[in-house]
Amino acid sequence: MRFMMIVKATTDSEAGEKPSEELLEAMLRYNEELAKAGVLLAADGLQPSSSGVRISYPEPGGKPKIVDGPFTEAKEIIAGYTLIEVKSREEAIQWVLRMPDPHGKGQGEIELRQIFEPEELSVNEETRAKIKGQFGL
Amino acid sequence: MNKSQTERIIDAIWRIESPKLIAGLTHMVRDVGLAEDLAQDALVIALEKWPVAGIPDNPGAWLMITAKRRAIDLLRRKKRLDEKYEEYGRGAALYSEQDLASVIEDEIEDDLLRLIFMTCHPVLSQEARVALTLRLLGGLTTDEIARAFLTAESTIAQRIVRAKKTLRTKQIPFEVPVGDELKERLSTVLEVIYLMFNEGYSATVGENWIRPLLCQEALRLGRMLAEIAPGEPEVHGLAALMEFQSSRLKARVGVDGDPVLLMDQNRARWDHLLIRRGLDALERIRQLGRPFGPYALQAAISACHAQARTPSETDWPRIAALYEALFRLMPSPVVELNRAVAVSRAFGPEFGLQIVDELNEEASLKEYHLLPSVRADLLFKLGRFAEARKEFERAAALTRNMRERELLMKRAAECT
Repeated sequence: MRFMMIVKATTDSEAGEKPSEELLEAMLRYNEELAKAGVLLAADGLQPSSSGVRISYPEPGGKPKIVDGPFTEAKEIIAGYTLIEVKSREEAIQWVLRMPDPHGKGQGEIELRQIFEPEELSVNEETRAKIKGQFGL
Repeated sequence: MNKSQTERIIDAIWRIESPKLIAGLTHMVRDVGLAEDLAQDALVIALEKWPVAGIPDNPGAWLMITAKRRAIDLLRRKKRLDEKYEEYGRGAALYSEQDLASVIEDEIEDDLLRLIFMTCHPVLSQEARVALTLRLLGGLTTDEIARAFLTAESTIAQRIVRAKKTLRTKQIPFEVPVGDELKERLSTVLEVIYLMFNEGYSATVGENWIRPLLCQEALRLGRMLAEIAPGEPEVHGLAALMEFQSSRLKARVGVDGDPVLLMDQNRARWDHLLIRRGLDALERIRQLGRPFGPYALQAAISACHAQARTPSETDWPRIAALYEALFRLMPSPVVELNRAVAVSRAFGPEFGLQIVDELNEEASLKEYHLLPSVRADLLFKLGRFAEARKEFERAAALTRNMRERELLMKRAAECT
């Protein structure tokens, strides 16, 4: 099963401040450890939300609303992600616990989310087959 | 935290730590069976202590220290390896948890690599190699391995016990071979991992949900091997090949459960993350600047398909050239038949037919339904319908797959 570790943005990451050399090294070591265990699929950092765009649909069936960044509430913004493939939820949690504190100044936060497999979207055999037959899943 | 939750967490830690533990302990005691026992002992102690005392910050180092202490006790009691005992005994007294963690990290890559070479040693039967590798490097239980192979658990357990005993009695060294022997042994290691993968891959057509575990496990071991032996092109070749093949897993089965052929697959359902990983692995081979081996060439062929957005955009001349290179390394009539298909797509059916006609004499392909099937298709494209019909019928008579027979008979009927 696949999991995404979502590293939340902090005031520093939103301000475009680069992580310290020390933290960067710790992160690289961590990614290496994931790779050596064969569980790492992908890992990337995102640029601050000031360069982002938000598309929302405030009216049902209406036109999308486009808003340029930056966005408020650092904790609701994503600063990076790591994708892993492991055997159990507990294993994923154990890997998250080994990640270095992504901020180191009291604002570090990682959220762990499982990626849907088509089999898990529905308990209905027929619906599952349909989902399997569709694009993307 | 309730008991079963702690147990699940300990299971997860075991899965992450056990290959390193067993590799490190094998380094110390030179016996995989004993190393596994020691690691298991440490696990049992953890199961007793952690639910009460809490899980330590560095569970891997905790397990390693506990297991090494037991190993030292054992060596001391047995008084067999006096020198070894003294050497390790002295070292161990100086270790604090943190020191040990760093010592472990430095040695561990070599030890893991040695462990893979040991579990895939040619002295063991292929089945034993697969089972032992899954057990010691994948951290799978005998029950999981048995389910994946649709075999009784007792059979797998016995196979593993015997394999460990064989390694001990034949005194198989815990080492990475050098020179020519490395090449030879490495190909055995790659073969075991690919065998594992194919067991799972061919079973994914059909509704068996347990077998994909083998695919995932093989892919994980392949990725692991690529990280601990980054200098070997074929290691990346196999990893790339498995990434590409895995990227198509979901597109290989139709809604009705039928297999879907490569050219008919919905390419939107391919996993592009895995395709990118495959391409990255190929790039690593190029950077090594050494010639492509059979796995790398097969991966490169796979990459041609993966990079074509539509079947018509497939770079057939390149695929034909890659098959030619593959044939030189691995002369096999099946490779040649594949080359014929690529050549016909790239340069026209008459050129493909030339190659196929030469294969017609090949004794090993006498019963192989794909030979007449490919020949029929080429004859059909050239408008030689009477001959095509005969070949489609010959292929239909040879195939054991009902659906394929129906399809071939249908095509035979279209030859007018």
